[in-house]
Amino acid sequence: MSDTPQNNGVTSQFDELPDAPPKRKIKLSWAGKTGCVVLVIWIIIVAIGPMISPYHEADILDEELFIVPGGDEYPDTEFQPPSKIVLLGTDYIGRDLLSRVLYGARTTIGISLIATIWAYLIGVTLGIAAAVGSKFLDMALSRLNDAILSIPSLMMALVMIAALGSTIPLLIFLTGIIYAASVFRIARSLGQEVMVSDFVEAARVRGEGLWWIITREILPNIAMPLATDFGLRFVWVILFISALSFLGLGVQPPMSDWGSMVKENLPGLIYGSIAPLVPSLAIATLTISVNMIVDDISAHTGGKLAKRMIS
Amino acid sequence: MSVLLEVDDLKISARRDDESLLPIVKGVSFNVARGEVVALCGESGSGKTTIALSALGYTKPGLEFVGGEVRLEGEDVITMAADKQRALRGQRVAYLAQSAAATFNPALTIGEQVTESCVLHGIMNQEQANKRAETLYRALELPDPDRLGKRYPHQVSGGQLQRLMAAMALCGKPDLLVLDEPTTALDVTTQIEVLKAFKSVIKQEGSAAIYVTHDLSVVAQIADHIVVLYAGETQEHGTAEQVIDQPGHDYTRRLMHAVRPPPAAGQGDETSEEHQREAPALQVQDITAGYGRKQNGAPAIIVLRDVNVSIERGHTVGVIGESGCGKSTLARVMAGLLPASQGQVLLDGDNLEPALQKRARSELQKIQFVFQMADTALNPRQRIDHILGRPLEFYLGLKGKEKRRRIMELLDMVELPQDFAGRYPEELSGGQKQRVNLARALAASPEVLLCDEVISALDSIVGANVIELLKRLRKQTGVSFVFISHDLSTVASFADEIVVLYAGRVVEQGPVDQVLSPPYHPYTRLLISSVPELRVGWLEEAMQTQEAQAGIDRVVQLTETGCPFFDRCPLAIEGTCDRETAPIRDLGDGHLIECHRSEEEFVH
Repeated sequence: MSDTPQNNGVTSQFDELPDAPPKRKIKLSWAGKTGCVVLVIWIIIVAIGPMISPYHEADILDEELFIVPGGDEYPDTEFQPPSKIVLLGTDYIGRDLLSRVLYGARTTIGISLIATIWAYLIGVTLGIAAAVGSKFLDMALSRLNDAILSIPSLMMALVMIAALGSTIPLLIFLTGIIYAASVFRIARSLGQEVMVSDFVEAARVRGEGLWWIITREILPNIAMPLATDFGLRFVWVILFISALSFLGLGVQPPMSDWGSMVKENLPGLIYGSIAPLVPSLAIATLTISVNMIVDDISAHTGGKLAKRMIS
Repeated sequence: MSVLLEVDDLKISARRDDESLLPIVKGVSFNVARGEVVALCGESGSGKTTIALSALGYTKPGLEFVGGEVRLEGEDVITMAADKQRALRGQRVAYLAQSAAATFNPALTIGEQVTESCVLHGIMNQEQANKRAETLYRALELPDPDRLGKRYPHQVSGGQLQRLMAAMALCGKPDLLVLDEPTTALDVTTQIEVLKAFKSVIKQEGSAAIYVTHDLSVVAQIADHIVVLYAGETQEHGTAEQVIDQPGHDYTRRLMHAVRPPPAAGQGDETSEEHQREAPALQVQDITAGYGRKQNGAPAIIVLRDVNVSIERGHTVGVIGESGCGKSTLARVMAGLLPASQGQVLLDGDNLEPALQKRARSELQKIQFVFQMADTALNPRQRIDHILGRPLEFYLGLKGKEKRRRIMELLDMVELPQDFAGRYPEELSGGQKQRVNLARALAASPEVLLCDEVISALDSIVGANVIELLKRLRKQTGVSFVFISHDLSTVASFADEIVVLYAGRVVEQGPVDQVLSPPYHPYTRLLISSVPELRVGWLEEAMQTQEAQAGIDRVVQLTETGCPFFDRCPLAIEGTCDRETAPIRDLGDGHLIECHRSEEEFVH
C-alpha cells in the first residue's frame, strides 16, 4: 500500500506505517491448471456430447461395418478393438464405446450435480439453522444427523432402492439425503464460528434480524470454504452413483452411465478388451481433476480448510 | 564486554507478486554485547520483529535477506547451513513470542514444555533439566516452584505464563534471548511484575537480550541500549539514558510524545457544558449481572454486583480495572448484549428493556458499541461503504445519493480518504480499521458511545492519533462516551469521570481530578503506581513501595462477602474487610469510595 493517507493532524514525515498485508490473489499451480483444463473439456462434452457422438448410445452396430475384405463374413461385433470405425472399440453387445462415454457424461455428471446441489440445499439450510438457532434445535438436528451418518450409506441406498425401485429421481433424492449429513456438519461448524465473531455481534447490537445476519454476515463468509467443499462432495457423489450403477441399482439400461458401463463390460477383461477401462478412465480423470483444483485452492487458503473437510 | 551479536548493514526485502523486491529493512547495524539488553523500538511496520528474527537466521515467509550480515560470535547466521541453524535456534538463541497463552500447549504440563527444548537438543537430560527449571522458577519469583512443573497452563495466571515462557527460553542457557513484545498484552500490575522478573533473571544469567517493543516507557526500565526504528531504518541509536533523556531525533520525540504521561489530576480536557440536560444520558442502577445458568434469578457466575454508574450528557466516563474486573461486562449490560439479572438501565431517564431484542430501534440507535478489535469487528466480505452505509439505512432510512454523501462525511470525520469507501477491511491498516469501526458507530448518530478498549490493540502513536480523533468528535457531536480501558493514562487524559472497577464492584468513582489525587482507594493507588514512567530507574523505585509488594501477582477474585480487594490490600483490616461489605464514603462532588478505612487513613 503506497497510498497511505495523509492525516490532517499529522503532517510530519512520519506517517502511521501501514501494517495491513498486501492483498493475496489465488494463483493456481500447474496441478490446478491441468485440473481446470480437464474439467472444462468434460463440461464441453456434457454440453455438446450427443451432437458430436458418431452413433446413438443405444445403437447396436451392424456386423457389416466390421467386414474386412477376405475376412470373416459374420464378424463379432462385441468387444471390437479400437479402429477407424469405432474409435474406442465396442462394448459387450456391440455398441460404440465412444458414443456411450459421450452420452454417459451427461447422465453421470448431470445426476451427480443435481444430487450434490440437493444435498447442499438440505445440508446448508439445516446446518445454518443449527448454528444460529436455539440449543434445543441444534441438539435435535445434530443427533438426527448423527443417526443418518451412522448408517452405512451404500446399505441404506440398497435397501431403499430395493423397496422403491430404481428410478433416477429416487437416486438423486437418496444421494442428496445421504450426503446432506456431511454437508450439515461442515455448514454448522463454519456457521458457528462466524456466529460468535465480533462483526455478527455488532450486527446484533445494531438490532439486525436473523435473516439479515444469515444472508449478509454469515453466508458471504462461509461461501468460499463451502464452494471448495462442494467440489470434493461432488466427486464423492460421482463415485457413489457409479458404485450403485456398478451394482446394477443405479442408472438402468439402455441409458449409458459410466458406473454401469464398467460393470457391463467387465467380462471384456478376459478377452483383453479395453472396454471396461474407458469409462473407468472417464471417472478417474473427472474426479481427479476436480480434486486437484480443490487441493490447490485450499493450499492457498491455508491448511485449515483441508483439515476440516476430512470428515 | 565482548560483542556477542553483530548486525551489520542488514537488508531484508519482501518479494511482491510480480517478483519485484520491496525493501522492509534498509541497512540496519547494531551490536549486542554479553549481559546487555538492546531494545528495538518502533511502530508496527517498522521492521523491528523482522530484524529481531534475523538473529535466528530466520525470516517470515515471503521475505528474504538481500544484504548484510548477522554474526553470532563472528559466525554469519544467515548463510549458515540449515542443520547448524537448527542447532542454533532454541539452544544458543531463544525466541520469546508475544502471547504466552498461545505458545503453551494446554494438554501438556508446564514442566514438560519448559524442559522440552533443552532435552531435545541434548544439552542436558530430563533430570538436570527439571532441576534447572526449578532454579529458574525461583529466579523468576514464581509461586510454589517445587510443584509448578506438574501443573497445566490453564492453572496459572497470564503474568505467570509470560514468566514461564522466559523460563522455557532460558532453560537451555542460551547466549541470546529475543523477546518480542512480551508485556504488551498484560495489565499494568502484571506488566511491572513481569518486567522485574525479566530484568533480574537476565542479570543473574548474564545472557544478552534483544527486546522488541513499541512502548518507550517499558524500554526505559529494561534496556541498556535503544535502537529506534522507522520504516526499516535506524532513526536513533544510543544508550538508554541518552535516548530517553536527550532524544536527538524527531521521530524519537514523537514516540515519546505518544507515551502518555503518568496519570495525574488535571490532564483531562474540560468538556463544555452546552450539551447538558436534566436526566443523565445513560444510567445503570444496582446492576447485578453474570454468566451461566440462572438459579433463583441469579446467574451461576456473578461478574458485576450492585453497580451504579451514570453518564451525564456530553460527558465521558472512563471505566478502569484489571482484566477480569467486569469492565466489558458492564458495557455489554448497557448495550443489552447481556441482560442484567437485577437492576435497571435508564436511557434519558426512561427504563430500557434489559435484553436488546426487546429494545426499540430508536433506543438501539442511541447507544452504539465500538468493539475492541477492529480486525474482527468489521465483516471481511463487506466493502467500507457497505459497512458504513448499513446503519445509515437501518436507523435513519437514508438511501442513494444522500447515503453516499453521508458516508463521505463520515470518512472525512475520521480522517480517512474518501476513496477508501471502495476498499475491503483487509486492505486497511490496524489504525485505519479502528477509524472505520468508530465511523460505523457514529453513522447511527448515537447519544452514547460505548468504547471497549478501542486503542489497546494499537501502537502508541496510532493510538494517540485515535484519542485525538475521539476528543475532536466529542467536541463536534456532543456524544457521551463510556471509555473502557485498562490503561489509566489514556483514561486520565480523555475522561471527565472515572469509575474504578474491582472484581465486579465499583470501588471508587468520581471526577477525574479527584479520583487521581489523594485520598485514593487502595486499589486506585495500586493502579496508578503501576503505570511505568518514562525514565530510567523507575522500576526499581516502584518495586520498593508497599502497594507494589502487596498487590502484584494476584488474580482478581470475586468474593461473596466482604471487600474483594482484601487479600491484596496493604490497608486491610483483618476480621472486618474480609467479613463485612465496605461502606460507601461520599467525599463530595460525586466522589465515592467503597472502603472500611476512613478518609484520613487513605493518606499516609
